[in-house]
Amino acid sequence: MDNVTAIAIVSMAASALCMAIGSVGPAIGEAKAVAQALSSIAQQPDEAGTISRTLFIGLAMIESIAIYCFVISIILIFANPFWNHVAVSK
Amino acid sequence: MHLTPDQSVLWHWRFLHLNATILYTWTVMLLLTLVSWLVTRRLDHSDGPRSRWQNGLEVVVETMREQIREICPEGGDTYLPFVGSLFLFIALSNLLDIVPGWHAPTGSLSTTAALAICVGVAVPFFGIRSQGWWEYFRHYLRPTFIVAPFHLLSETTRNLALAVRLFGNMMSGSMIVAVLLAIAPFFFPVVMQVLGLLTGMIQAYIFAILATVYIAAAVQSGAQSRREQERA
Repeated sequence: MDNVTAIAIVSMAASALCMAIGSVGPAIGEAKAVAQALSSIAQQPDEAGTISRTLFIGLAMIESIAIYCFVISIILIFANPFWNHVAVSK
Repeated sequence: MHLTPDQSVLWHWRFLHLNATILYTWTVMLLLTLVSWLVTRRLDHSDGPRSRWQNGLEVVVETMREQIREICPEGGDTYLPFVGSLFLFIALSNLLDIVPGWHAPTGSLSTTAALAICVGVAVPFFGIRSQGWWEYFRHYLRPTFIVAPFHLLSETTRNLALAVRLFGNMMSGSMIVAVLLAIAPFFFPVVMQVLGLLTGMIQAYIFAILATVYIAAAVQSGAQSRREQERA
């Protein structure tokens, strides 16, 4: 197995793992946040505006973690810095 | 496949490169400026019926002002020009995705980093303007001087997060459409693009809201400590 194959295997597996693990956490977090916000709105419908605005901000914060993982996966697949390194040294 | 519109260079002369990001950024700027200038050229201050365009712009500006005031009731109008421009720029560049051949400039890390840097400059600017140099920089030393590096770290990373969040969302939208085009053409890309329009609006809203929250936090931390001092 030469270097290029090793890098390909490792980056594919790493990006898949990154996406798989990195999306579970934010998914659980978002589910908890939405569930809590819904029950809060059910209890206090008058505060729906404030609750949903805060919910949106919180969701964006949580979601950005999944987005980081996604960006890293995309970099590993499409813009892998190690490809050029191997191609140059060959 | 192009990850960002930075990579498609449309025209270059010696060291000057005109890539898609710059071109579309200029287009958005031109559209915003031109429409605002055309509408505000003849503003109607009377109580009678107004022109449609003026009504439309008033609705937009009033909504933004309301949203900002809900976050920081005192002096919300001070941030309206800055936060409003951020929102309008991001929202328009995301919404123009319905134009064929359009690459949203927010799908490039350069644009989002520039916007995040604008926020990073505006936060200390408004903070210092409202409470002075000494008071503003003293909040780094609260509660003790040991936490100063952590304050700095958190302010850096939140700006980084601001840039990467917008970039990641917009880039992932176009990537998903591109991937789906290869797998299931015609129908699913359209659905995902509609979803992308929604995401674009939400991201514009979130960017503006977060900028407001950061500015409000920088301004209000001083006001709070002053109130505590007066009470003590």
